Amino acid sequence: MSKRTDLLLAIADDELFLGWRNSEWTGIAPFLEEDVAFSSIAQNEIGHARALYELAAAELGTTADELAFDRPPEEYRCAPFVQLRRLEWARTIARHWLYETADEIRLAALKGSDDPEIAGIAAKMDREEAYHRMHAEMWVDRLLSSDEGRSRLNEAVDELWPYALGVLDDELRAELRRRVEQRLGRELADVEPVSRGVHEVELAQLLEEMTMVRRSAPAGTQW
Amino acid sequence: MVTVDEVWAALSEIPDPEIPVISLVDLGVIKNVEVEDERVRIEFTPTFLGCPALEPMQRAMEAKVDELGAKADVRVVLDDSWSTDKITPEGREKLRVAGFAPPAPRAAGKLNLLELQRGGFRCPYCGSRKTRLENIFGPTPCRSIRYCDACRQPFEQFKTI
Repeated sequence: MSKRTDLLLAIADDELFLGWRNSEWTGIAPFLEEDVAFSSIAQNEIGHARALYELAAAELGTTADELAFDRPPEEYRCAPFVQLRRLEWARTIARHWLYETADEIRLAALKGSDDPEIAGIAAKMDREEAYHRMHAEMWVDRLLSSDEGRSRLNEAVDELWPYALGVLDDELRAELRRRVEQRLGRELADVEPVSRGVHEVELAQLLEEMTMVRRSAPAGTQW
Repeated sequence: MVTVDEVWAALSEIPDPEIPVISLVDLGVIKNVEVEDERVRIEFTPTFLGCPALEPMQRAMEAKVDELGAKADVRVVLDDSWSTDKITPEGREKLRVAGFAPPAPRAAGKLNLLELQRGGFRCPYCGSRKTRLENIFGPTPCRSIRYCDACRQPFEQFKTI
């Protein structure tokens, strides 16, 4: 597999898994606006995954759906960060903000790619992600404005920090640290990142759930 | 033999599947049309990558070209060439009349939340700028929800991307 395909699959897997995790709030978020927001963000992320899988599929001679759903769990390249199931609001907001911040750094690098297809799709994704970032920043403002919110956000960030670092390649991590520390007004621990290639127990569980309907019907079933 | 102009005219009759008051041509998602014998090559750019209307749009274009007696080859271009600035002036007016505030022009700088919260977005019903952001996200990826304090009407604001 080419380095290009490997990169496309890593990002597509991140967006698919995070999109699925975001969609877990549909119907049960703390209030209606957040049901709508997380559902819409999920739809965007899964749309990004589809576009990236299509580029990879063209190279591998397969389809986007097969790449998304039919690989064995150990072949997924998503960061452990997006595999975690954390259906708790402070952790959801912390992950949302940390991921979107990391993703902005990653997309900025990809927009400068020599590969016009990768640069083009990164620029298109970035236009949509701007709204995810605004939403995440709005929540960070809101949580930082009270003692309880601040302490819960900080606690969640500390827990997730090694995972957030693992979303990015080594050379981009310092920029993530700089942005997060600046926003929170404190230093973060020097930790070992939980990098791509690690498969959390939640990965197989999530795939099981995500592909249940697909596996229940033979390929080519018309609905 | 079908001409490029005939294809554009036919495509301008296809309504957007989610906001049927405007056509795909108004929306600016058709990037290029070329005709070679009986084959029509259409380059099409998605609005949002996660838009569920992508496939219905493609099928509608193929069906329209079929009616002209030609065969469509629709290519989806996943680059950055579409923005809400591509919506035509006619398209913007059709959106407004239907109660969707058209997207603000894309600014040179970065989008920011303060502008969305405070900015002078005009109510499509009464024209007042006394409107506020209710939710960045709405019923589809391309829309936000705002509320007009003048006529007390919530409305959908097309996002600028």
